[in-house]
Amino acid sequence: MIGGLFIYNHKGEVLISRVFRDDIGRNAVDAFRVNVIHARQQVRSPVTNIARTSFFHIKRGNIWFAAVTKQNVNAAMVFEFLLKMVEVMQSYFGKISEDNIKNNFVLIYELLDEILDFGYAQNTDVGILKTFITQQGIKGTQSKEEQAQITSQSKEEQTQITSQVTGQITHRRVGIKYRRNELFLDTIEYVNLLMSQQGQILSAHVAGKVVMKSYLSGMPECKFGINDKIQMDSKGKTTTEDPSRSGKASIAIDDCQFHQCVKLSKFESEHSISFIPPDGEFELMRYRTTKDISLPFRIIPLVREFERTKMEVKIVLKSTFKPSLLAQKIEVRIPTPLNTSGVQLICMKGKAKYKSSENAIVWKIKRMGGMKESQISAEIELLQTNDKKKWTRPPISMNFEVPFAPSGLKVRYLKVFESKINYSDQDVIKWVRYIGRSGLYETRC
Amino acid sequence: MTDSKYFTTTKKGEVFEMRSELNSEKKEKKREAVKKVIASMTVGKDVSALFPDVVNCMQTDNLELKKLVYLYLMNYAKSQPDMAIMAVNTFVKDCEDANPLIRALAVRTMGCIRVDKITEYLCEPLRKCLKDEDPYVRKTAAVCVAKLYDINAQLVEDQGFLDALRDLLSDSNPMVVANAVASMSEINEASGHPVIEMNPQTINKLLTALNECTEWGQVFILDFLANYIPKDDREAQSICERVTPRLAHANAAVVLSAVKVAMKLMEMMPNDSEYVITLTKKLAPPLVTLLSSEPEVQYVALRNINLIVQKRPDILKHEMKVFFVKYNDPIYVKLEKLDIMIRLATQANIAQVLAELKEYATEVDVDFVRKSVRAIGRCAIKVEQSAERCVSTLLDLIQTKVNYVVQEAVVVIKDIFRKYPNKYESIISTLCENLDTLDEPDARASMIWIIGEYAERIDNADELLESFLDGFHDENTQVQLALLTAIVKLFLKRPTATQELIQQVLSLATQESDNPDLRDRGYIYWRLLSTDPAAAKEVVLAEKPLISEETDLLEPTLLDELICNIASLASVYHKPPSAFVEGSRGFRKALPARFGSRDERDLSTLPTTSERLA
Repeated sequence: MIGGLFIYNHKGEVLISRVFRDDIGRNAVDAFRVNVIHARQQVRSPVTNIARTSFFHIKRGNIWFAAVTKQNVNAAMVFEFLLKMVEVMQSYFGKISEDNIKNNFVLIYELLDEILDFGYAQNTDVGILKTFITQQGIKGTQSKEEQAQITSQSKEEQTQITSQVTGQITHRRVGIKYRRNELFLDTIEYVNLLMSQQGQILSAHVAGKVVMKSYLSGMPECKFGINDKIQMDSKGKTTTEDPSRSGKASIAIDDCQFHQCVKLSKFESEHSISFIPPDGEFELMRYRTTKDISLPFRIIPLVREFERTKMEVKIVLKSTFKPSLLAQKIEVRIPTPLNTSGVQLICMKGKAKYKSSENAIVWKIKRMGGMKESQISAEIELLQTNDKKKWTRPPISMNFEVPFAPSGLKVRYLKVFESKINYSDQDVIKWVRYIGRSGLYETRC
Repeated sequence: MTDSKYFTTTKKGEVFEMRSELNSEKKEKKREAVKKVIASMTVGKDVSALFPDVVNCMQTDNLELKKLVYLYLMNYAKSQPDMAIMAVNTFVKDCEDANPLIRALAVRTMGCIRVDKITEYLCEPLRKCLKDEDPYVRKTAAVCVAKLYDINAQLVEDQGFLDALRDLLSDSNPMVVANAVASMSEINEASGHPVIEMNPQTINKLLTALNECTEWGQVFILDFLANYIPKDDREAQSICERVTPRLAHANAAVVLSAVKVAMKLMEMMPNDSEYVITLTKKLAPPLVTLLSSEPEVQYVALRNINLIVQKRPDILKHEMKVFFVKYNDPIYVKLEKLDIMIRLATQANIAQVLAELKEYATEVDVDFVRKSVRAIGRCAIKVEQSAERCVSTLLDLIQTKVNYVVQEAVVVIKDIFRKYPNKYESIISTLCENLDTLDEPDARASMIWIIGEYAERIDNADELLESFLDGFHDENTQVQLALLTAIVKLFLKRPTATQELIQQVLSLATQESDNPDLRDRGYIYWRLLSTDPAAAKEVVLAEKPLISEETDLLEPTLLDELICNIASLASVYHKPPSAFVEGSRGFRKALPARFGSRDERDLSTLPTTSERLA
């Protein structure tokens, strides 16, 4: 398993070093610095083998996180663990930065001690950790009064903690009470598109997630239903919903993944999504669809090069969703050659600017209704260069946000059952929202 | 002031200063001092001289201070074994503390102190903790057994800790089970022989715990299950059915470990059974989903998908598009995707693949571009119908005159000639035009090979080859050998005009070179030519075997071993664990034999001793 864990700053100085195994010596710390952080060439792999020692690393900002081992460990788990560790740290002290890590080094050691034993990952649930890891994170600007209060726990509290950490429901405390039982469901979808110059869809998929914020008392059992084809079919009834209202009655989900709290065996056998939610915000499910995606925008590029000193770009942007809806934060990014010397822009809507530092023309539109069309044309002057290397046109990319789910996903129900406390499904206030955002939305030109 | 101040002390005499602070009466000051010591330790300063002073701070009610002192102990106890003994009493006392968190902390820390004298004292507390009423203590004790085994295996066996660990496998608490499994796996691996008999009952318990423990625990259990060989295909299927729900877990490690178990168990079932067919379909979506995780996880997933595609091409045969490279992918993801694209290329999707590859060949990263060009060549060899399109794509790329693109293209065109002889010689003239730009040995050798092979159709073949001779001694061996052979070929095809050339190269190779390979080859040609030119023709111009369709496939036994190691480092390196794990005594993992397969029949038909012939 993981033999040691090191955190470095951008210079390669060690901020945190924790060794779990005898076979990892101090020289391992230096080996990573010399061969990876200070390597002349950019690193070509997140896994490096130096003198029979394997180093896994991820980077956040200027900070390097490295896990070291000499054994044949589960590589997927090591990376998942590093990612989780970063998440835990962020929830304690916010941004990952050198200052924050130095300010919280005692806390970090304490956390490491708890989430990794002899290199084996233990309970990493933030909610649970916070019940007994005594140090409070010091966020950049907080004063001293807020740090390190050592609470003395009563015997009951102690056993409650331990049963919490090891219990079956490792993600929820017992005895949570709210005066108002409320829950929020956000369906957030990222539409990804790669379109050829000729307008052919090379690949398109939606990566969606359902984020739930729950403020519910007790140990509520929840049941969640969506208009997934398989889920609907397995109910054995034809949909009574008005198909004209929701557009599509049901959608085909290629794959979905669930939060630790969801009972997977039940999903497999009955296609029902049931779970006891953690308190507060969490990601209930992630899913992916590739069929019948309604692409909110279409870009039609026209690029002409004149000799070696001039280029003309014309782009038509079409919105293809219902006219009653409004898209926001629209941004089209048109890459320009490195030897651009000047750009003249004309756009019908919004604002466009040439940003020389980013080698791109950025065209921003605040809002745009459905079934509309707009256009931008640019004349690009180029410096003459001797550089033989051809400029390869990177794709035109765009960002946007729309108030619907491009996959067609709908939440059908979320039922809450809590038998021990006196509130019923009807008493819970529920909110549902759909947001469609651009993932990697690119058109080649 | 915040904790970062502890990192900034660089004065001389600070050890002395820290010592006086450690011995301070004030609790607050003591704590500050210990923090300072830990910070110094982190940045690599030697603060072992403070050992007795730090140990003195150990007896405290303050949990934070205690944890810090323990951290220090774990680091330095080994270098100060005699003084470490001072800490034993406190450890033993803490193992009896009323607070389960302190009991666990003590047993956890003690296991990390690799000093024989302390280890002796560890046995009694550990025995108690393994049977502690609190699951938190038990799960910590379970891992401690593996720690102790690492220090003194004999002691663990003598003290009966293995039995205690075995009992924990059926603990009522899923997390205790998970840690016991992790501990057990490590001991199995270290001892080289399984220390526990796996039977259907234990497996059943583990499968139950699988539904209830943390994501990490699920990984431990799945990895453990992957080593179990069921007694028949029915048991295999029933395990598989209970493992596949894990494919929908949000944690990529859980998914990949579940894939591993499924891939292994599938081996035991008939390939045409309905269950295997459905399972094959079921495996694709979660694998594809892994490609939307963080790039590092994607990398691990892609390296594994590369194996899975080689073992069972059916699983992902319809998923070509998801492996298309994205502009912003990190380079390591791009290179892996490219590999998989070629493996999935078929007649049906080749047009799309080629269009993509052509796009990639104009990117910026040199390695990526080269690999894309090479990929086009591999497509030509793999899908015969596409060869012509590939060749014309390669010609287009040569026209770009980008140096490394041209060189890479020449190398792959040589392979295409080897696969489809006498088919595309019309492009030779274009290749010859680029002769001067080739400066890499691989490309030069390839070009020379092409000229030699098609010497009869290239009017100025002799001139071209002669031009290489001038700098013969500066060439790489690979080029020298190619040149020698090419000129011999030319001579056999056009003996009259090339007398002088052959003399020249033979003398260069035999008399002026000190490379034994080159000299040997030169002499062999020389003697062949001088004794029996007809035989020389038969040898040198013999028909060559075609190169195989699939290049760089892993060797099947290695592939099988790697399939058993899905998700692990071995699957990332594409090397068996023995290649990178020091002194690994671990048994080579092999896929289980299909039930009722030949191996087994052979065994059953062996004559038994009772039937011995008289």
